[in-house]
Amino acid sequence: MCGIAGIVSLRDGSPPPGLDELQAMTGALRHRGPDEFGIYRDARAGLGHARLSIIDLATGQQPLSNEDGTLWIAFNGEIFNYLELREELVALGHRFRTRSDTEVIVHAFEAWGEAAFARFNGQFAVALWDAARERLVLARDRLGVRPLYLCEHAGRLWFASEVRALFAGAPDLPRALDPVGLAETFTFWTVVPPQSVFAGVTELEPGHVRTVTRQGTTDRAFWEPSYPAGEGGFRGPLDEAVERVRAALEQAVRLRMLRADVPVGSYLSGGLDSSLVAALGRRVKGDRFCTYSIRFEDAEYDETAFQRAVAVRIESDHREIVVRRADIAEAFPDVVAHAERPLLRTAPAPLFLLSRLVRDSGIKVVLTGEGADEMFAGYDLFREGKVRRFWGRQPASALRPRLLERLYPYLARSPVAQRAMAREFFGKGREQPGVPGFAHQTRWQSAAALQRLFTPGLRAATRSVDVVARLLGDLPPAFGAWAPLSQDQYLEVRTLLSGYLLSSQGDRMLMAHSVEGRFPFLDADVVELANALPPSYKLRVLDEKHALKRAAEGLVPPQIVRRPKQPYRAPDALSFVGPDAPGWAAELMSPDGVARVGVFEPRAVERLWRKCQASAGGEQFSNADNMAVVGVLSTGLLHERLVRRAPERGGRLELTTLVDRLGERPGLANAVQERHAT
Amino acid sequence: MTTQQTIRKFILENFYVSDPSEVADDTLLVSTGLVDSTGMLEVIAFLEEEFDIRIADHETTPENLESVERMAAFVARKQQGGLGATG
Repeated sequence: MCGIAGIVSLRDGSPPPGLDELQAMTGALRHRGPDEFGIYRDARAGLGHARLSIIDLATGQQPLSNEDGTLWIAFNGEIFNYLELREELVALGHRFRTRSDTEVIVHAFEAWGEAAFARFNGQFAVALWDAARERLVLARDRLGVRPLYLCEHAGRLWFASEVRALFAGAPDLPRALDPVGLAETFTFWTVVPPQSVFAGVTELEPGHVRTVTRQGTTDRAFWEPSYPAGEGGFRGPLDEAVERVRAALEQAVRLRMLRADVPVGSYLSGGLDSSLVAALGRRVKGDRFCTYSIRFEDAEYDETAFQRAVAVRIESDHREIVVRRADIAEAFPDVVAHAERPLLRTAPAPLFLLSRLVRDSGIKVVLTGEGADEMFAGYDLFREGKVRRFWGRQPASALRPRLLERLYPYLARSPVAQRAMAREFFGKGREQPGVPGFAHQTRWQSAAALQRLFTPGLRAATRSVDVVARLLGDLPPAFGAWAPLSQDQYLEVRTLLSGYLLSSQGDRMLMAHSVEGRFPFLDADVVELANALPPSYKLRVLDEKHALKRAAEGLVPPQIVRRPKQPYRAPDALSFVGPDAPGWAAELMSPDGVARVGVFEPRAVERLWRKCQASAGGEQFSNADNMAVVGVLSTGLLHERLVRRAPERGGRLELTTLVDRLGERPGLANAVQERHAT
Repeated sequence: MTTQQTIRKFILENFYVSDPSEVADDTLLVSTGLVDSTGMLEVIAFLEEEFDIRIADHETTPENLESVERMAAFVARKQQGGLGATG
């Protein structure tokens, strides 16, 4: 995996991209790609690349170009079907100098233009500079595994894998948190691209390609999630669906294991998804297959027994870390700095520690089970939506809401207080179960209620955009024709998967320690198959991931298939209170600390913090209090690390590739290319 | 301070409301997301302690507890009616 960066002049008369600027941007991405660095520039554009060498270690350096040096690329990611595409391109007459997937992108773009991106089965963020036509093309994979941020400043377009590189390249760019980005975060638990949490910075939407020419800028979706409407989709029996799911997953894992010139390991949470992925990975790899698990000192979150059962069964070389509350608190400032956005959960922190374990053990690439819950309907939210719609068909029924107790067994055991109130909560809006976003409204509303902590000024600024209405006003035309479950899946993919799970809990925590994640459940063929399945194969009555469980039978221990889903969680507010709490937490929650950030009302935070201190004796906090504490702390840390602190501009980079064509007329073939041996 | 004011003060404090005008006495606390299920247990514990009443499971309904004004009315009924009151 890697980091990419670049600058393009948007108007005549802008100075050419500076080598120092490109070096600063690329250097800011060193953690994403510590192995090699490269820079290309001409009078109008510059590209930077920080490389984590995984495929074609010897000749895969970037930026690289087509045969005549007119088309240059900086690429972060993997194209898993690159060998197949390469064969096609060779048959079309294209000549290759390297064995890399990067060069395949260049030629694929020459051959097929923007249509090339839909042919890629992979995870990528790519920048192509067509020097002859002075055209920049940026593209990002279907689901947003790899990040790409942009901003316009001083007559130039700046882009990079991470916001920190934008800030490092342009230290005079004003840095501020964006009110609408904060409102989205405190609603959806994440921003939804193109929105970001920084003023003036946008994120290229997943599945989109942007073209920037002298004539202007266009954004186009080359792919978006799609589900059957009416009679479409997979029509075969369940058994056949199960067989096809298993076959597609086997192929997805095989591609991700074999398309690498370094060993590939796997995360292992103890749940169904990563257990299945690890089991399939082990079959491809043979012996010495490495698996990695997070254990928790707090028993409530711990899944050690399940993890070890799988590791024993697949005979993997298994490694673990034990995470304590103090570890989460200690890592959290770096976690937020890497996530580059406020967090409402600490769950990314253990994953930050886990990627360090992976890196220290000498592995650069891991498979994960991410995406299975979205593609095969694993979340409680989907079950909840189904129950609430069932209730909504007879809103007056006293019997139907009792199904909520099937969903949340604690309700049946808990005081009637919670049961009656739960009905009130989950019953809201049930008279209109057909409206878009019906299943998500409960969650969004709970998070949005935390905006009461915002300062009056921020609240006023956020009123300009109703973020829920904006999202629901920007749905695909076919959305209304999809089954309710498909609608819920779409919204889950669009919001939490891309913005949080693949980013804050995914790419950012992995890349913080230069580890690449690979996601078999996000394989193009797996996704197309999963989306085509009838909703009843995925969520069978209330049995989540039904088809996937059936596909996993015989591959993972039976107790893994049978066990109820345990959402991945970590101690939240509990990590920041009590005798071992870090001093910076109290400082950030203090009136001065809160006022400095300017997002939250100091008096309100004081009340929140007092409440938490008073109950710090070990009892559980409410979901709302947990999100509030983590949200306030992470926003404070983000402000401190990315807004207030001047961007780090590290020392000189040792460049293995420097292509400096400043002074040449763009489009000439006689590129001066230097390659330094390192 | 009246019962209603006492309850209101607790809600604003315990649920860290920065702008009191956003929570009216008839604001539905659970369905607006201000009070979640654990939060409701905090409310119940507060009412029992502050007003020296015992709240039975079957009394913990939205009709009794969903807003500041409903809580105040409920507490008043409890205090008047003693053990038999169910609201």
